[in-house]
Amino acid sequence: MSFLEIKNITKRFGQQTVLSNINMNIEQGELVCILGPSGCGKTTLLRIIAGLETADSGQIFIDSRDSTFLPSSKRNFGIVFQSYALFPNMTVMENILFGLKQKKEMTSAERKKKALDMLNLVDLCEHQNKYPRQLSGGQQQRTAIARAIALSPSYLLLDEPLSALDAKVRAKLRTEIRALQRKIGITTIMVTHDQEEALTMADRIIVMNNAVIEQIANPHTIYNYPASRFVADFIGTMNFYNEGEAMRGIRPEKIKVVEHWEPHDIKALVKELEFKGAFTRIHSHIPKENSEFFIDLPSERVENMKLQRDTMLFLQIPEEHAVRYSV
Amino acid sequence: MAIIYSIKRNFVRFNTAQFCVLLFILAIFTISFVFPLGTLFSKAFTGENGAFAGFANYKSYFGNPSLSVSVWNTIDISLVTTIFSTAFGFLYAYAITRTKILGKSFFKYVALVPIFIPTVVHALGLVYIFGRQGVITRLGFDIELYGRNGIIISEIIYTFPQAFLLFLVALEYVDGRLYEACEVMGVKPLRQFLHVTLPEMKYTVVNTIFVCFTLAFTDFGAPKVIGGNYNVLATDIYKQIAGQFNMNMGAVVGTLLLIPAIISFITGRFVSNKNTSTLNSKTIPLTISKNPVRDATFFLFCGFIATFFILLIISLFIGAFTTYYPYDLNLTLKHFIFNQSKGGIGCFFNSVLMSVASAVLGSIFVFVYSYMMEKAEGFGILTKYGKLLSLLPLAVPGMVIGVSFIFFFNSESNPLHFIYGTIIILVLSNIIHYFSVPYLTATGALKKLDREFEMVAESMNIPCWQTFFRVSVPLSTHAIAEIAMYFFVNSMVTVSAIVFLYSANFKIAAIAITHMEEAGDISQAAAMSLLILLVNVAVRMLYHIIKEKS
Repeated sequence: MSFLEIKNITKRFGQQTVLSNINMNIEQGELVCILGPSGCGKTTLLRIIAGLETADSGQIFIDSRDSTFLPSSKRNFGIVFQSYALFPNMTVMENILFGLKQKKEMTSAERKKKALDMLNLVDLCEHQNKYPRQLSGGQQQRTAIARAIALSPSYLLLDEPLSALDAKVRAKLRTEIRALQRKIGITTIMVTHDQEEALTMADRIIVMNNAVIEQIANPHTIYNYPASRFVADFIGTMNFYNEGEAMRGIRPEKIKVVEHWEPHDIKALVKELEFKGAFTRIHSHIPKENSEFFIDLPSERVENMKLQRDTMLFLQIPEEHAVRYSV
Repeated sequence: MAIIYSIKRNFVRFNTAQFCVLLFILAIFTISFVFPLGTLFSKAFTGENGAFAGFANYKSYFGNPSLSVSVWNTIDISLVTTIFSTAFGFLYAYAITRTKILGKSFFKYVALVPIFIPTVVHALGLVYIFGRQGVITRLGFDIELYGRNGIIISEIIYTFPQAFLLFLVALEYVDGRLYEACEVMGVKPLRQFLHVTLPEMKYTVVNTIFVCFTLAFTDFGAPKVIGGNYNVLATDIYKQIAGQFNMNMGAVVGTLLLIPAIISFITGRFVSNKNTSTLNSKTIPLTISKNPVRDATFFLFCGFIATFFILLIISLFIGAFTTYYPYDLNLTLKHFIFNQSKGGIGCFFNSVLMSVASAVLGSIFVFVYSYMMEKAEGFGILTKYGKLLSLLPLAVPGMVIGVSFIFFFNSESNPLHFIYGTIIILVLSNIIHYFSVPYLTATGALKKLDREFEMVAESMNIPCWQTFFRVSVPLSTHAIAEIAMYFFVNSMVTVSAIVFLYSANFKIAAIAITHMEEAGDISQAAAMSLLILLVNVAVRMLYHIIKEKS
């Protein structure tokens, strides 16, 4: 059996359904990202898993035990919020000890040692006597994680844990959190609206939209074979086109640009060149389909080809990379 | 199945401890606010025999011209007071926020002085300046202090600080970009004032008008001391209850006293719903332009008001420290040896004791109350009931609270009768009377605390009371200190509710001052007033120290 099983969870706020018949399983030790646009119900789902909110119907099994009506304090999880919610009147050390003090079976020396171990794990030992406001955003984030795992919870919930940080720190923390999670092997559920975060960190991604799950799969499958038009559009960029009755999709970087026209090649006109550093995104117009295509090419190649507005391009769509959708 | 599911899920997040605390505080509030007010209304609509009388009491009240004249008198003085206080309050606050006058912080503190002394003392100061032997009167200007004029000036002194504070807050929070945009577009200062400043002040102006009107409408101290033969509702209710023991007529006047506050309460809710704050993190402070003429004018205006207030205080000093003003100006301390018949120095200590108790118990009660309203989840209708009650005391003047308390707690059949005539009922009346402003302070502070603190604590299996004491309370020390100070200062100066509830064995200072003034011991009254001023200013300074530290 899976570590966490969610069965037929439904939740309404007044007239609005925020979760509609949600089913999923999460395995011991994996890191799962719940990804979706704001308002898709992902945060409510996390809060239901945490016991901070109750569902209107459905069941939750944690470690094979029906936990649907288990109060949050008995669920044995750790949680990190976007705001970190570090107690501002306590030092880093005190923040971590605050929870540990509930463990009556530990002596105070043991608690202190445990807290220091946690701080070592997130590399914050030297900051233990500082107050949260004296720390950088990334350090606060790591303190919150140390606090969450200090009580040896059986699973960890992360609610948009990186959204408040700037891009550089975010990228660094992604790897750090992932490494830490692997090291202690804790089952982790993370809610995010950032597709890049989900792709780089997760073992599996659950894509949600409008109160339902669109797709559950590993990052590669999600990216290469998005199950619905929504998933394709939400994660990365997808060009859509019709082929007979079918709707097809192709990622911008999978489109081949050839120098010489051959039959079956698609003619496209360059409309705009969007320089993105290593590669350049070409906004093009397909007269035959009367639609717009994005094409990503290495910037070097774009320069060599001396592409300009209104240059004619010849495109090939490799069959193995084209995704088929039922309309 | 579905029913069992829904019952179970309602109990998942149910916290028994929180539920008990919530029931307890709501019970206290209901017993000491809703029930007494209910008794007041029932008395107003029943005859002396206890039978339902409909509007008969009101008919006989308005049928008696010697009684109903008070209604018009009260409206008259309240209107005049409101006009002056609102105008003065606005100009004074404008001077401090929007001009470059010198001595701003001096002016700011002087304007607050009246808050620290009972309204009877404002009247007392006026007696020293404009009374029969007053400084100005002896110079040949008799303003006929006793009666309408005296009441109006007193009420202006009483309500001015409130008006000033309301405008100060409103004028301080301004988006400088609006005025920069005006400058760029070449809009003249007068048009800026009419089209930018005033529209932003709409809500505050309405609010201030109501606050001043209600305060003047229900004040008891000043008309009691220098009202002469000019009757107002607040003195009438006292005469009906304490003089003639006509409880039903007293109740009628009590309900009349509620009217302006209720109107302002309803309008306030109506207006504030439409008042959307335009402040955000991009707001930039205002840069005040140079304008010597404007600054000089405002300086003179503020100087005039401040001088007047200082004069009031100086006159108290002269009265308290000279042998027999104005005939014998030798310095003496004998007025600080208070007549035992008026309660002696003991009533000052009683006041301090009562105010400390009100501050401590009031702060605890208000903070726990706000906490339950803000942070406790899942109690639906109880929370709604609590929130509804929380602001109602704003609409109930002290006199009405005092009268309702008599009706309710003085009844032999009430099991709580034993608190009648003790310090407990005084403290309870103070807490209820001054509940709403501290409640708003506490709620504001708690709203600023991250909701996620509670959730994190819950996930770590920390009991809610520990989160309350270790997180919510320490993070709200500033607000709690402000609340305690508010309760203390107001309890020191209040007369209105207390005048019905104190007993001869537990007299308090503000009441003693009233009696001293009536008996003509105005030097002792001045001495006692200075003691109140002293302790209030000391408490205010203590609050500043705490604020600086946190």
